[in-house]
Amino acid sequence: MASKGFVLSRLPGFNSLALGVFLALYLPIFMLVIYSFNVGKSVSTWEGFSLQWYAVAWANDQVKDATIRSLYLALSAAVISTFVATLAALGTTRRRAFKGQTFIYVMINQPLMVPEIVSAVALLIFFAMIKQVTGYQGMAYLIGAHAAFCIPFAYLPIRARLEGMDLTLETAAGDLYASTWQTFRFVTLPLLVPGIFAGMMLAFVTSLDDVVITVFIKSAGQDTLPTYMLGQIRRQVTGEINAISTVLLALTVVLLTLFVLLTRKKD
Amino acid sequence: MSPAEQAQVTQSARNGWLLSAPALVLLTFAAIGPLAIVVAYSVMPPGDFGNVTWGFTLDAWQGILFTKDIFDGTLAWADANLTIFWRSVKLSMLTTIFAFLVGFPTAWFIATRPPKSRALWLFLITIPFWTNLLIRTFAINEIIRREGLLNTILLKLHLIAQPLEMIYTDTAVFIGMTYVYLPLMVLPLFASLDRFDMRLLEAAYDLYATPWQVLRKVIMPIVKPGIIAGSILVFVPSLGAYVTPRLLGGGKNMMIGNFIELQFGQGRNWPLGAAMSVTLLVIVTAALLVYVRYANRETTHGQ
Amino acid sequence: MTQSIAVEAAHVIKAFGHGDTAVRALDDVSVQIRTGEFFTLLGPSGCGKTTLLRLIAGFEMPSGGTILLEGADITTLPPNKRPVNTVFQSYALFPHLTVAQNIAFGLQMLGKPKAEVSATTAKMLALVKLEPMANRKTSQLSGGQQQRVALARALAPAPKVLLLDEPLSALDLKLRKEMQIELKRLQTETGITFIFVTHDQEEALTMSDRIGVMSAGKLQQVGTPKEIYNHPVNRFVASFIGETNFLPAIRDGDLYRLDCGIKIAAPPAQADRVTLTVRPEQVRLVMETDADAIPAKIANLVYFGTDTHCHLTLPDGTEVVARLQSPPTGDAGLAIGQSVGVRFVPEAVQVLED
Repeated sequence: MASKGFVLSRLPGFNSLALGVFLALYLPIFMLVIYSFNVGKSVSTWEGFSLQWYAVAWANDQVKDATIRSLYLALSAAVISTFVATLAALGTTRRRAFKGQTFIYVMINQPLMVPEIVSAVALLIFFAMIKQVTGYQGMAYLIGAHAAFCIPFAYLPIRARLEGMDLTLETAAGDLYASTWQTFRFVTLPLLVPGIFAGMMLAFVTSLDDVVITVFIKSAGQDTLPTYMLGQIRRQVTGEINAISTVLLALTVVLLTLFVLLTRKKD
Repeated sequence: MSPAEQAQVTQSARNGWLLSAPALVLLTFAAIGPLAIVVAYSVMPPGDFGNVTWGFTLDAWQGILFTKDIFDGTLAWADANLTIFWRSVKLSMLTTIFAFLVGFPTAWFIATRPPKSRALWLFLITIPFWTNLLIRTFAINEIIRREGLLNTILLKLHLIAQPLEMIYTDTAVFIGMTYVYLPLMVLPLFASLDRFDMRLLEAAYDLYATPWQVLRKVIMPIVKPGIIAGSILVFVPSLGAYVTPRLLGGGKNMMIGNFIELQFGQGRNWPLGAAMSVTLLVIVTAALLVYVRYANRETTHGQ
Repeated sequence: MTQSIAVEAAHVIKAFGHGDTAVRALDDVSVQIRTGEFFTLLGPSGCGKTTLLRLIAGFEMPSGGTILLEGADITTLPPNKRPVNTVFQSYALFPHLTVAQNIAFGLQMLGKPKAEVSATTAKMLALVKLEPMANRKTSQLSGGQQQRVALARALAPAPKVLLLDEPLSALDLKLRKEMQIELKRLQTETGITFIFVTHDQEEALTMSDRIGVMSAGKLQQVGTPKEIYNHPVNRFVASFIGETNFLPAIRDGDLYRLDCGIKIAAPPAQADRVTLTVRPEQVRLVMETDADAIPAKIANLVYFGTDTHCHLTLPDGTEVVARLQSPPTGDAGLAIGQSVGVRFVPEAVQVLED
């Protein structure tokens, strides 16, 4: 049988256009990475190889502070949202459709359907109210908000893994005298673990990357890496931004690769 | 059904709710509940230093489209606002259309790769999608601004005498948004194409169709669900975009997202911001419902 | 001597759906399975045999009726509380556990002491001859080996009844025949009651102590293989098991008159219009001129190696198949179109009144 694309490949430029798109997608990112190793301040003229911007970023207390906060926030949000999403996935799959299941499904995916700016505004208002009443200014707002919008990102891979699992295995476990809890612990959970980790990766990356919601609801001095960068970009652009971007990018690629490996596993 | 069977079904449903409860609680407090408050805020009068004071007024809603003359209270069209709406809709639609024109060949390319390398190409498309929005927008900024890469190259090649003023224009925002949302168009298109039976092409070709005719009459109709999904996935976030227009449009070329943010910052008109947010949400939800209804209709037509 | 009953299903109904569109997978099924017997539920797909098995296992609950285990009502007991184990059609081996861990699973869930668990696991591995595979992951095993692991896993907790849901359907012919002998041997050795589900009637005939033939949610006949084969109670059982010839006839005194006029002897019946059945191997070819011979013409001869099937047409158009053992030379000396006489072995003719 002839190769799949033989017809449209005859259209002039179709494949070259596609390749061009890939190039165009990566060129700006490559630029960013390359210029993070630039000696000078300018981001358009190459003056020589140097790691100085990485050193500057590393020595910058604000950057360190923002990084730690970002990682702490992302980890907390990932753990909470994955835990909650796992329970929800177990509750919404592989059972007879019950009344209100669609409602739950819509609720869980709601963060994906609401524009970020609207969520940001809503949370700003709500948390402002709470701040007024309790005076609490800590990280709980950020963690709560991040955990909430990470739920769908954790939920979807876990649900996919659950639906791909052989239902007969749990029936067999019950046949072999396992209680509901034992079935979950010895059969369902071990097989679900790759999906749970995949969900956690996605949730972590999503939280790490968030700009809009974070910038709206953070209190003074509570910068995350993206909000710090946003501030810097509007004020003064140096190679430091490139350096931080490159590191973030590297981290994202690593986590994404892990995610792909976890979801590729065929038991 | 026997009572024992019935009991089993009820128990199963109850467990479903119990297990979903923690997620629902978290979402109610940190996602959905606050939305209700936004609606409430949109009908309250603004406070002096931001936030709101107690009361009920439809001023904010009026303020979306009209301005009230301070002296004689007459209403006039809020030109500035209308410009912002028009810009947002225009840019979102342009972004969606262009993303499709460019994204379709890309999705086709990936779908026609041999199975082994296809996963790699997919991975390559998803990396930009998961890369921080800020980083990607900043990268575009670096290329198109006054001392940016593009100008530097064009000047060096003597193709232009003066640097092009690309940044802080609608065009800049358009380029930025297309760049940022392109993967969101490619992925659903790919999903649709992946399921496409390529032998239909051979059949059409055998029946004397030219490549263009095949594209229009065979491929497009079948791939329609993917096209709709991709369009929604690009149009919706670009309509509510905030970071990209802020970085690439500057203070002057505001989109709806920036307008909303302004009300919570310097504008000190929280109710107006709230009303605008609700409007945006309604438009987006309407678009989603249209998609869902269309998608359901398609699948019941025997896919 | 009255045998004790291991499993009894009493007026069991299983319905899916509601109201007018409800479908009865099991329609008032009652059957008693004796302790220590190899009982087979036989029928075409969709007849309800697997549904009945699942009700006995506890994976589903009946819409009506009761299930009893050694006299005790277990209808609403969950599967993990029933001393009954299942060998699944797809084996359902736990992919993240080794062969030994799979076999040990049931005992571990029951909380048996470690020493007992390892001893029993070792015994089971020896029973199914899989000792060298003990620490392999189940995905590394062949289909036949996986089947044996499933068997060992279900036998390890020493259940009162073992349920087998078409366990041999995924195996190739040679392996299947080997496993049939293996299963029968196991059942005799362990003395555990086996309830076996299959759609393969040959399998049922060779392995079972008794067979329950099912169709469309109803139990058609229960009996030993010989009873089912030689004395089918209705058209379905007669045609589902082996091959049968059906001859419409009208009662004429003590005899039955075929459409072509010849009278045949058969067991007494109530109705006037009946269907006579006779197995192909009980059809004899004789000289046309013999007394009591039914005249027939040979329409086709099909050579099967061990026997030759002779397709005959009676004067009234009825088709009859005769199974003749092939002679040493392979040539029965018959030709298509030849006129012969047909006679039925008298005791082999059955009467169906439906």
